[in-house]
Amino acid sequence: MSSLPHIKLASVREISGPLLFVETMPGASFGELVEVTTPTGEERWGQIIDVSEDITLIQVFEGTLDLDVKSTIIRHTGTPIKLRVSMDMLGRTFDGRGNPRDGGPSIIAEDELDVHGKPINPYCRAHPSEFIQTGISVIDGMNTLLRGQKLPIFSGSGLPHRLLAAQIVRQATVLGQAEAFTVILAAMGVTGDEAKFFRDEFERMGVMDRVVVFLNMAEDPALERILTPRLALTAAEYLAFEQDMHVLVVLVDMTYYCEALREVSAARAEVPGRRGFPGYMYTDLATIYERAGKIHGKKGSITQVPILTMPEDDITHPIPDLTAYITEGQLVFDRDLYRRGIYPPINPLPSLSRLMDKGIGGGKTREDHKQLSDQLYYAYAEGRIVREAAMISGEEALTERDRLYLKFVDRFEREFINQAPYENRDIEKTLDIGWNVLSVFPEAELSRIDPDIIKKYYRGSGSKA
Amino acid sequence: MPVVGLIQRIVGPLIVAKNMIGARMHELVRLGELGIIGEIIRLERDRAAIQAYEETTGLRPGDKVEGTGKPLSVTLGPGLMGKIYDGVQRPLPGIADKSGSFIERGMSIDPLEMDKKWFFQPLIKAGSKVVGGDILGLVQETPLVLHRILVPPFYEGVVRHIVKEGDYSIREPIAEIETPRGSIQKVYLAQTWPVRVPRPYKVMMPPTIPQSTGQRVIDAFFPICKGGTIMIPGGFGTGKTVMLHQLAKFIEADIVVFVGCGERGNEMADVLESFPKLRDPKSGEPLMARTILIANTSNMPIAAREASVYTGLTMAEYYRDMGYDVALMADSTSRWAEALREISGRLEEMPGEEGYPAYLAARLAEFYSRAGHVITLGSDDRRGSITVIGAVSPPGGDFSEPVTQNTLRIVKVFWALDSSLAHRRHFPAINWLTSYSMYFDQVTESYNKEVGSDWGRIVREAITLLGQEEEVKEVASLLGTEVLAESQRLIVEVARNLRENFLRQSAFHPVDGYCSKEKTFHMLRTILKFYRKARFAIGQEVPLNRIMSLPVIEEMARMKLIPSEEIAKVADEIDKKIDEEINLLVEEQARKKKG
Repeated sequence: MSSLPHIKLASVREISGPLLFVETMPGASFGELVEVTTPTGEERWGQIIDVSEDITLIQVFEGTLDLDVKSTIIRHTGTPIKLRVSMDMLGRTFDGRGNPRDGGPSIIAEDELDVHGKPINPYCRAHPSEFIQTGISVIDGMNTLLRGQKLPIFSGSGLPHRLLAAQIVRQATVLGQAEAFTVILAAMGVTGDEAKFFRDEFERMGVMDRVVVFLNMAEDPALERILTPRLALTAAEYLAFEQDMHVLVVLVDMTYYCEALREVSAARAEVPGRRGFPGYMYTDLATIYERAGKIHGKKGSITQVPILTMPEDDITHPIPDLTAYITEGQLVFDRDLYRRGIYPPINPLPSLSRLMDKGIGGGKTREDHKQLSDQLYYAYAEGRIVREAAMISGEEALTERDRLYLKFVDRFEREFINQAPYENRDIEKTLDIGWNVLSVFPEAELSRIDPDIIKKYYRGSGSKA
Repeated sequence: MPVVGLIQRIVGPLIVAKNMIGARMHELVRLGELGIIGEIIRLERDRAAIQAYEETTGLRPGDKVEGTGKPLSVTLGPGLMGKIYDGVQRPLPGIADKSGSFIERGMSIDPLEMDKKWFFQPLIKAGSKVVGGDILGLVQETPLVLHRILVPPFYEGVVRHIVKEGDYSIREPIAEIETPRGSIQKVYLAQTWPVRVPRPYKVMMPPTIPQSTGQRVIDAFFPICKGGTIMIPGGFGTGKTVMLHQLAKFIEADIVVFVGCGERGNEMADVLESFPKLRDPKSGEPLMARTILIANTSNMPIAAREASVYTGLTMAEYYRDMGYDVALMADSTSRWAEALREISGRLEEMPGEEGYPAYLAARLAEFYSRAGHVITLGSDDRRGSITVIGAVSPPGGDFSEPVTQNTLRIVKVFWALDSSLAHRRHFPAINWLTSYSMYFDQVTESYNKEVGSDWGRIVREAITLLGQEEEVKEVASLLGTEVLAESQRLIVEVARNLRENFLRQSAFHPVDGYCSKEKTFHMLRTILKFYRKARFAIGQEVPLNRIMSLPVIEEMARMKLIPSEEIAKVADEIDKKIDEEINLLVEEQARKKKG
């Protein structure tokens, strides 16, 4: 109803945590953006999350510090929260509310888009099928990332996920296509040196002109984190589906996002689900993660790499658990690998790329890719069991076959998984290293691979069987 | 006269409206200027709680609520097959035509083509007496589905008029029935039915007829029956979704209804892209010709997710009533339960376990009780069935959570997907020690007659062998492998063979993806024949490693890649080779002993 005046004043009844309870003004609508002016004249943002005839509930993104019930001013805007978008966003850094944070001028908007977006019609989605070469063996070889996929990194505190994120951003290419990715970084709750790390990395790579950063620092209001990933994805949708770009979105750290969600839920006295997180967290996360993909008839794409830290390295914690139920796989960091000096410390066993099979094989990567990967998986799973057994009963008790697996596990970790943060391996090289470490085994042990593939690629000497 | 009320409160997907006197429970309403669809889920004096099937952003207190006078219903008739719907039966391609790649709100689109002409062939004449469920005539809906046009339930009387053979749209009446009271009821090619009301049938019978799935581990070890209830729980990455897709392709059913309930968009896109390309293994026709897809992805409104399983069930019941075997897959019932939880939380109901509403168990029971093998309405006592396969996504892979536990109490088959198997890329990752099927005995009895008289015996032998392997492995892990006797090592080797070559089945391999029950039988029989023969040889002091390096081992491993038609012949040859090769070893050993 555009005839309604867009500015309304309302009086505050109650303040609780990040929430304001105000008298409902005529025309207040659900999901609407409101401006909150503090008694000292500071401007803040809020969103209506519950509205009835007499009471409106507003979550204030910058928190409720300094607000009072007497002189706080609420202005209704009549619209949902929108992001001003244009091609000028490239190369810029914004804060968690979408305002420039780099000292530069505001951008001249080509469009204003609702930050909550709209669901992509499943019928219009094109299934991801193009292989993204990250140059990282354990990803490319065993948990392949495709264009339009969402593949999170499950890290732990103190593990080198930002190093890996920077490496992916630096090295990601689609084979046979010159066009580089446009990168959108949404950083939530990051510290100053983390923010600096990413900025320095982007500058060193010389890619700043195709990067957009949305930065919500650790000291910034926690609630703003609910908005930050949505701004980033709105920008991504604009660049991908209006401007035909291939966009890679890195969201770090989703754990802080979820904690902000919990804060709001607790302030509303909602019935908590597991570990105090709200019951609707799955749906809420889905409205973020599902904003990735490709659409029939559109050139661009959105690929998502969300990063989260697993509290106490616990993969069954609701945050990684719900994430993995939505995303198309996960890359799981392993503290044990990290301690042994393996980088990237990705344990392939709990890791998975659900879309992998659609993007590999002859004509895409190489004909042996799938079977090689299956064999490596099988051998690594067997090998880890043998390694555990050897720790208990000693290596002497092992059979000859077990010894081979023990040898394989070590070589696989040191030669295949392990690589330098600046080492960019092409897919041929990754697969060749895979065959190299498999050469520990005689041909007959490679039960996951067809004989003709073995004949062509196997490079072991010991053909005992 | 439908009600017009006013919105009082909006909180996420829940709307409270006033001035709603006259509105009925589960009545469909339209909200605000956009006409967003909602359903009344609670009435209290003049107030109604409404769950909205679309995003509610922008609605205001004071906006109007218009009743429709009807409960949430689906339109049932020719044209359902091959369709792709959202949770409230709006065709997704139609939404795309109107609003592009992203879903807009407040759209109303006909669920079936209103003007498409179907060739109707009447089966009865004017003057016949009919009751609900009787067949009036036939429409060839797709090459695979002969649509039986039924007298709607509760209709009864004498057919006063029925149209001649010819082309009719679903708008045109095809028959008129005069009721005993003298009123005239018109019958169309299509009818509507409220989704929350189970369609009636005459008799519910226990599920006793086996339903093959083309998956070896299921058909042999944990089989299902037509009209059965099955749960597949599994943590993320255990291959639930791929397995449901396999079942949708290969299950022995006339009709498949696939409900993607709160799952991934890209996976749904995969289904939408790949199903139309798939062919029915029996007829060679496109699989979509007997499939209905309902897609409500995780980022689409949750209330529609709640409704989607009922929408699917009602369509399944409609085809069951024609006398067909229908398989309904719901991926995943956990997401549906979460939608219940969210709505219940917003209604500020007293929560039960883990915040789920206290009526969770009752709703799950209601859902699964719409499965079954029935004698349908109608005078000809047709039989039809609905098999319900529900995926469950337990948080953290923890099977003690409420949805898994409450489902377990209801369903008869449990396929436990195991993450450690999945890590080793053993698919389907059905754990053979913890899964069960309460239809095992019935199915075994039938297959003894149908496939081979020793089906039951060899299946039990294989299960025992796998159990023994577990025991032997336990011993070995405590005392080391060197203490094992040759016969125990043989158990480990044969069990490995069973796991690798029989239980594992590649969903993506053109031959291995589907395995007929005959092939399952021959493969299993040959592996066990080898076991018995090898055990005999070991008794004759032939070393195990000589047996395990026989060429026939390789041939056994390749049996899964032999097409069903050739399997009997190939299995016979392998059986012969097993005898020959092991006999040679035994003779050699005997000579050695003498010499």
